[in-house]
Amino acid sequence: MTTTAEVQKVNGENVEQALDDVRRKLAGTEGGVILDFSAVQRVDHGGLRAMEDLANAADEKSVEISLEAVNVGVYKVLKLGRLTLRFSFVN
Amino acid sequence: MSDKIVTLSEERTAYLEGLVRQARTAAAVFTQLTQEDVDQIVKPMVLAGLEQAQYLARLAVEETKIGVMEDKAIKNMVATEFVYNYVRDKRTVGVIREYPDRRLVEVAEPIGVIFSLTPITNPTSTVLFKCIMAIKTRNAVLFSPHPSAWRCCFEAVRIMYETAVKHGAPKGVFTCLQSHSLDDNKYLMRHKDIGLIDATGGPGAVKAAYSSGKPALGVGAGNTPVYLEKSANLDQAVVDIITSKTFDNGTICASEQTVVIDDEIYDKALDKFAALGAHICNEKETEILARTVIDPNTGSMQPMAVGQKATIIARSVGIEVEPKTKLLVTPITGVGPDHPLSMEKLFPVLSVYRAHSVDEALKVCVDVNHNGGLGHTAVVFSNQESVIQKFGDMINAGRIIVNSPGSIGALGGVYNDLVPTFSFGCGTGGGNGTTDNVNVYHYLNIKRVARRTQAHMWFRVPNQIYFNMNATENLRNFPSRSTLIITNPALEAIGHVDIVKRSIPPETPVRVTIIPDAEPDMKIVKQGVEALNFYKADQIIALGGGSVIDAAKIMKLQYEFPDADLKELAAPFLDIRKRVVQYPTEKTNHARLIAISTTSGTGSEVTPFAVMADKERGFKVTLADYSLTPDVAIVDPQFVMSMPKGLTVDTGVDCLTHALEAGVSVFASPYTDSNAMQAVRMVFKYLPMAYENPHDEEARSMMHNAACIAAIAFSNASVGVNHALAHAFGARFHVPHGRANALMLPHVIAYNASVPTKFMPSPNQGAYVAHKKYAMMADLLGLGGHTVEEKVANLVKATEELLDRLGVPTSIAELGISREEFEKAMPELAKIAFDDPSWRSNPRMPLVSEIIELFWSAYKGRGTAPAKPETEAKAVREMVAV
Repeated sequence: MTTTAEVQKVNGENVEQALDDVRRKLAGTEGGVILDFSAVQRVDHGGLRAMEDLANAADEKSVEISLEAVNVGVYKVLKLGRLTLRFSFVN
Repeated sequence: MSDKIVTLSEERTAYLEGLVRQARTAAAVFTQLTQEDVDQIVKPMVLAGLEQAQYLARLAVEETKIGVMEDKAIKNMVATEFVYNYVRDKRTVGVIREYPDRRLVEVAEPIGVIFSLTPITNPTSTVLFKCIMAIKTRNAVLFSPHPSAWRCCFEAVRIMYETAVKHGAPKGVFTCLQSHSLDDNKYLMRHKDIGLIDATGGPGAVKAAYSSGKPALGVGAGNTPVYLEKSANLDQAVVDIITSKTFDNGTICASEQTVVIDDEIYDKALDKFAALGAHICNEKETEILARTVIDPNTGSMQPMAVGQKATIIARSVGIEVEPKTKLLVTPITGVGPDHPLSMEKLFPVLSVYRAHSVDEALKVCVDVNHNGGLGHTAVVFSNQESVIQKFGDMINAGRIIVNSPGSIGALGGVYNDLVPTFSFGCGTGGGNGTTDNVNVYHYLNIKRVARRTQAHMWFRVPNQIYFNMNATENLRNFPSRSTLIITNPALEAIGHVDIVKRSIPPETPVRVTIIPDAEPDMKIVKQGVEALNFYKADQIIALGGGSVIDAAKIMKLQYEFPDADLKELAAPFLDIRKRVVQYPTEKTNHARLIAISTTSGTGSEVTPFAVMADKERGFKVTLADYSLTPDVAIVDPQFVMSMPKGLTVDTGVDCLTHALEAGVSVFASPYTDSNAMQAVRMVFKYLPMAYENPHDEEARSMMHNAACIAAIAFSNASVGVNHALAHAFGARFHVPHGRANALMLPHVIAYNASVPTKFMPSPNQGAYVAHKKYAMMADLLGLGGHTVEEKVANLVKATEELLDRLGVPTSIAELGISREEFEKAMPELAKIAFDDPSWRSNPRMPLVSEIIELFWSAYKGRGTAPAKPETEAKAVREMVAV
């Protein structure tokens, strides 16, 4: 089945909320989701936990999530949080 | 803690995993904070700790039943205020230190999650200290307090955590185990997400930390020896010891355990202890304490005594003391298992020992130090610097506290400038990785960003060089009280010495020393030095080729520095700036060295090198130092007009090799390039002329100058693999140096111009440029060619044609050396060539196999040097950035 991935811009001011919204909508998603992180400069504790929850939900629903335009600081946070292998990345 | 596999319930494992996950998440998020961010969190934490110092101290005493509330409050304040005073201006995020002159910067990388054990003796102060360090360094901490101090520690963690998060620290940055088991600790110590274990506590906890396989800071037991030497200020010493040993009832592991007192002041010291509230135990009381406060089975202190008041301890063992007694002093006569009170005692019982000499006192202190206190802390009271130094030399302790209290002194920042801490590194003696007072830098991975540096270069030549026909006449400008001419018999016989003599001011006393025209040896040098001493010479004129000038250089060295050990000065080195052996500088005598060359090849008149043989001791000495460079060089072609053809060729090709090798050397610089290139140009033009018409004054003159100019280049840029090959081959088959060089030359040019198997490390070179520099030489010679590889091929061809024109044999085989003989010699040739220092400045690092290939190419002869295949040349083009 070929589907077109939907690009969603992540609100840099409230990453946790934005990702929770994505997670809730995953049920109706076919194919993949691309999250545009260009507005995200930092991730706080809640945001990182939301990333982990999102990864779990995506695995459960077999939805592939790609992160686009992740800055290197945030990428390192995801690496230290052991989350980089759970997403694919688009520069 | 045993080393068995940990078995935890599923529920417990999930709980611990949850804690680690929370800490890991916090640590990850923490990496985004700046220095300003963390500093804004640390300050309110410190203030919160100060505000709650007394509250936390009371909680600690109530829960642990150890120590003194007032003292614990002070500890809490030291752990916050003093530590803050130390860390407030320290950079712990991003670039933390810069060394511009070394082009180095240090960059901080947090550790991540730290698993921290805290002790019963200093529970809340240790927590406060570690929380402040962790925030300052952007780490998360998972605390595991001593089970008997859990509540007070949990409260300290809570206060720190809430303040930190309120001011911007990530959630989950501090976590405290809700309850405690050894299996929990063991599980966490081995957890993949724990970056560091910081274990402050008993030996068991520290050992477990170090045994976990994780990086660990483990700070455990001590046994502080104290030497009270007779020159000390006794009043101050006694007060300091009592202050320290009774502080928090002696719970700080750096506190005094055994005081070794000089016999002369022993009784007086004990009187002063007694006068200030100490109870001096008699023999029976000491014996009672020895078997009650120390476990006879383990030799360790009994927990019931730890941190208790002196009166309570005395009462509990049936010793009657005054109600105001603050310290029990127990005289002992030895150290070790037979003297239990010589062990660590974290309570106010202090052993004393009467010593009858400094030597005995130091030995007893060493015994105490090795009786459970290695690497920890030691104290000396003395006003004799020699005693303090000796104590510092003999005692293995990370902190040697002088004329001040041990416990508070070791904490740092109160009595001295040690870094404030609540964790004492005990070095390898204590099984630790550091002897430092543990501080913020131990909570960081410090990264060094090392930028490329360029070695300092130089261009050094004799002070004065006189050249052109009759330049020798300039000798009249050099006044001298006594001059010694060093030369060889041939030059004297043909009247060259007379020419020199005529140019020296007539009033100058001149003597002549004749030496053989061969590589100088030690015997010759000694004779020359004797002559210099006899005539008290202040000027040496070396008239001759390389051998004579080299001999004169070494004679001057030995004359000016009679104690110089030539063999030691000849020690090998890789970089002249970092050489192990330094040449002497304090001269016994002074003499000016004027070198007049009579051949056009070695250029010894301007070089800092000299070679000699020590036949008696059986070694060859190659000396290299700019102090060997003659003070004055005279390049007067009148001395080379009659050089025989063979010598003209050999020395001329030697000169060409110097120029070509200096030109492509990794030490080449624009200063040496100009000389090298000019010398190449002059040799190609004038050497054939001088060879074919020996009386051509211009050709002789220019070749004489070329030799000097090439030598200036290689004196500062060195030579290369051609010389290494020629040295080995020439010595083995008795072939003159210049001819040996000539046989190798075309093959080496082709070799250096191709893509190296191994590049030579050379910080001063921006890229591999040897082939381009050969091409520049080809351009200078007008050899034509459109590409670098064409030009290099033309240079190889022109070199071969020059050698043909000069009648140089085309191959080693042509010298009459059989293939079998050459093959047999090859292992030794390759070894000697590889050991030769000359190739260390070659642009291409020669492998032994390549050295052998070069030898065989030279054996087969000219015309066999492979022109670089186009593919290889293309690879060079692609690889090298211009």
